[in-house]
Amino acid sequence: MSTPTRTPTGAPAHLTGPGSGGVGDDAQRPDGVLKVRGEFAYGSDLWMEDMLWGVTLRSPHPYARILAVDTSAATQLPGVHAVLTAEDVPGEKVYGLELADQPVLAVDVVRYQGEPVALVAADHPDTARRAAALIRVDYEVWEPVTDARAALGHPTRDALHESDAEVTELSRESAHLHPEGNLVRHLKVRTGDPEPTADVVVVGEYEVGMQDQAFLGPESGLAVPADDGGVELYVATQWLHVDQRQICSALALPPEQVRLTLAGVGGAFGGREDLSMHVHACLLALRTGKPVKMSYNREESFFGHVHRHPATMRYEHGATRDGQLVYVKASIWFDGGAYASSTPAVVGNGGTMGIGPYVVPNVHVDCYGAYTNNPPCGAMRGFGSVQTAFAYESQMDALAVELGMDPVELRCRNAMEQGSTTPTGQVIDSPAPVAELLRRLEAMPLPSTGDGALDLRDMPGGVSNTTHGEGVRRGVGYAVAYKNVAFSEGYDDYSTARVRLEVIGGEPTATVHTAAAEVGQGLVTVEQQIARTELGVEQVTVHPKDTTVGSAGSTSASRQTYVTGGAVKAACEAVRAELLARAELLVGRPVPDLRLAGGQVVSDTEEVAVPLVDLLGDEAVEQTVQWRHRPTEAIDPETGQGFAHVQYAFSAHRAVVDVDTELGLVKVVEMACTQDVGKAINPQAVVGQIQGGTAQGLGLAVMEEILIRDGKVVNPSFTDYLIPTILDMPPMRVEVLEYADPHAPYGLRGVGEAPNISSGPAVLAAIRAATGLPLARVPVRPEHLTGTC
Amino acid sequence: MRLTCTVNGTEQQVDDVWEGESLLYVLRERMGLPGSKNACEQGECGSCTVYLDGLPVCACLVAAGQAEGRQVGTVEGMADADTLHPVQQAFVDAGAVQCGFCTPGLLVATHDLITRTGRPSDAETREALAGNLCRCTGYEKILDAVRLAADRMGADR
Repeated sequence: MSTPTRTPTGAPAHLTGPGSGGVGDDAQRPDGVLKVRGEFAYGSDLWMEDMLWGVTLRSPHPYARILAVDTSAATQLPGVHAVLTAEDVPGEKVYGLELADQPVLAVDVVRYQGEPVALVAADHPDTARRAAALIRVDYEVWEPVTDARAALGHPTRDALHESDAEVTELSRESAHLHPEGNLVRHLKVRTGDPEPTADVVVVGEYEVGMQDQAFLGPESGLAVPADDGGVELYVATQWLHVDQRQICSALALPPEQVRLTLAGVGGAFGGREDLSMHVHACLLALRTGKPVKMSYNREESFFGHVHRHPATMRYEHGATRDGQLVYVKASIWFDGGAYASSTPAVVGNGGTMGIGPYVVPNVHVDCYGAYTNNPPCGAMRGFGSVQTAFAYESQMDALAVELGMDPVELRCRNAMEQGSTTPTGQVIDSPAPVAELLRRLEAMPLPSTGDGALDLRDMPGGVSNTTHGEGVRRGVGYAVAYKNVAFSEGYDDYSTARVRLEVIGGEPTATVHTAAAEVGQGLVTVEQQIARTELGVEQVTVHPKDTTVGSAGSTSASRQTYVTGGAVKAACEAVRAELLARAELLVGRPVPDLRLAGGQVVSDTEEVAVPLVDLLGDEAVEQTVQWRHRPTEAIDPETGQGFAHVQYAFSAHRAVVDVDTELGLVKVVEMACTQDVGKAINPQAVVGQIQGGTAQGLGLAVMEEILIRDGKVVNPSFTDYLIPTILDMPPMRVEVLEYADPHAPYGLRGVGEAPNISSGPAVLAAIRAATGLPLARVPVRPEHLTGTC
Repeated sequence: MRLTCTVNGTEQQVDDVWEGESLLYVLRERMGLPGSKNACEQGECGSCTVYLDGLPVCACLVAAGQAEGRQVGTVEGMADADTLHPVQQAFVDAGAVQCGFCTPGLLVATHDLITRTGRPSDAETREALAGNLCRCTGYEKILDAVRLAADRMGADR
């Protein structure tokens, strides 16, 4: 088989430097200097001399039958090299992360606005766009199904207030967006008394809008046809091997002919778990015989990836007079949109962790994921746990009011701790400092109330000069949350690491090769730190991420430092064992405490100092290890019981807000966060994750929502979909706790998602405290605060 | 059309520029300078911030023809050979870079801010950088980086 001969400008190279920092240090990123010089090549920066540009023609309708497609005018436009439709997909026409139900290019029917229908490759991106506009598609437009509960055969939301909402077989059969019906998954949790009673009962209904990952680097990549009839794909993604599996299926090519390399990734947050332009660029490259680059613009990006599931939730909490939770009943509906994506797993999280980090003896949860004609929803940071946290934390506040109890006290009285049993019957077997996280927040000083000179910039509305303090009320709110780390419910979750140690330029140098996607979080730094600590060397090179090494699993579920970190550690240990065995041979006797440090094999008890440079000579020692965390198990389909999750991450937030109650404007004054991370492998990066996660949670609470009207997206741009700016983000206090999880490498806990879950509910609680309004929907809009909606 | 302008002190001339192309497109696709980023292409995110005759602008909103005969400064021109500019070094040291896609634009905007104001207050920094979206950091470490850069540049004066 011939090997690829062409490499695009900007193809990822080995990352070296900065040359110091082991586990626990604030080591600098090996890609940091490249990034500040503008030399780090993202997917959209790749370039080849004779490359073409690919664009996608998408459906303008959320639900329609395709009657005819006429590509002749587009094909004839000068500069156009190929126009493709579903007929040109040589392999399986559908793909998907968990269920293969999503067409590569629409077949007969489109099920959401923005569904890809045709592709064009041309020598200039604008030529390609003009050609796409010349493709004539005749549609028979159908009325879209846009409500998740309606899709499941339920009464609509208003009627539902009067009725129970059980999914029956009948309602399931009446659904029809997909052959199997509209129910993607129904998860049940049943524990304790099915008919519990309590002194005090609070009931609430809550709604969470559709959030976008809004990563800044657009979906992009470059496909290069190879001499062997295969294709090289350089792409910004989250899991190279699951992409490869789906691409092979669509192209009808074996894995050895579909080779992927990670291009620079400009943020991900779950939005790159599903395929976007991957198969499309490969199809165009294979058809034209030329490299094809695709890079979405912002509007297309809003249609080109899945979003966070909107949710409607009904909760009932029962407690004793002294604030002990007796029961929780919850019904949770996730709108999965037109295709399954990761809806089954989102339902898994939403259902199993849907009552929050509390001990409750009687639990009855139904969690549903439904197909509709809304945009497909799937993974986003927090993954099914973000939505429920708004509901269960709102319920805890409502219960505190009902009981006349302090909301932090109520939470602490019911908090999970090590040894507690979850609603799914799992005993928490590592630290769970839920109460301590809250108590530490409470102990932090509150920001001043600004009795100094008036500064408009501190006011809600800022320099718009909408208030000088009149009508402004301050509120403080707390929230705590938990989230599973790594893949759950019996999934075979592993990572592969190849570690090589050799002498380069007179220095022992380790090379770490994994396929784990670096998306900005700093995994490449962690890989270097672990290798430095385990091998006692300074120089560690990070190999480009590609499919020439085994799968690392997904960069999601806060799992890579745990799982790929564990794999790198294990591979280093294998390399080390080989080196120590060689050293013993050299020394000529067994030495029990040989270890690697400072580029040497040393012993604390005997006079041994063998430089690695001498031990290795011209040889390299290389080990490849596949590493797994301890297995989880599938949950019981009727009761939800089982060892579903390998680890939990816990975080808590306190939010302080000022609300202009006349105009409905919110200024978040301060956010404080406490989080247990087990062990901070890179403290600076850990704090960065907490701050960034806090911002995304704040965004969902007060501004971020993809607005859908009749199945169509109203605001697909950064002009109309707002994410927090530096003016919207307040100063943050962060306190990191390190209670080791004895089951995890170095005792670490996944970090990235938990702070994204607890921050929004704290902001919502603070706005409620400021206004006295019940506020059951996020994002909170001005009209919710002024009563003018 | 033909476009001639000076980029990072070097005269650049490119041919066959379509009139509809932006300065950002020409920098990235015709001049081999992809450092300025294409996150929104409608002037909302600041990722493509460059200097045009000394003033920071969104290169996506500048028609390529408008740059004719003018001075353009991009992130690629900030470092002095192997030595990073103090603003660049501060972003690395403060941990203000995660995915890094917003970084080139923020570096230009921060360079402009510190050049104009010396040691900006946090409130001034927030106003000045409000046009640069970052999705990863929550901005705290960007504020750290601005303070660090201003201190170091002040010490150099």
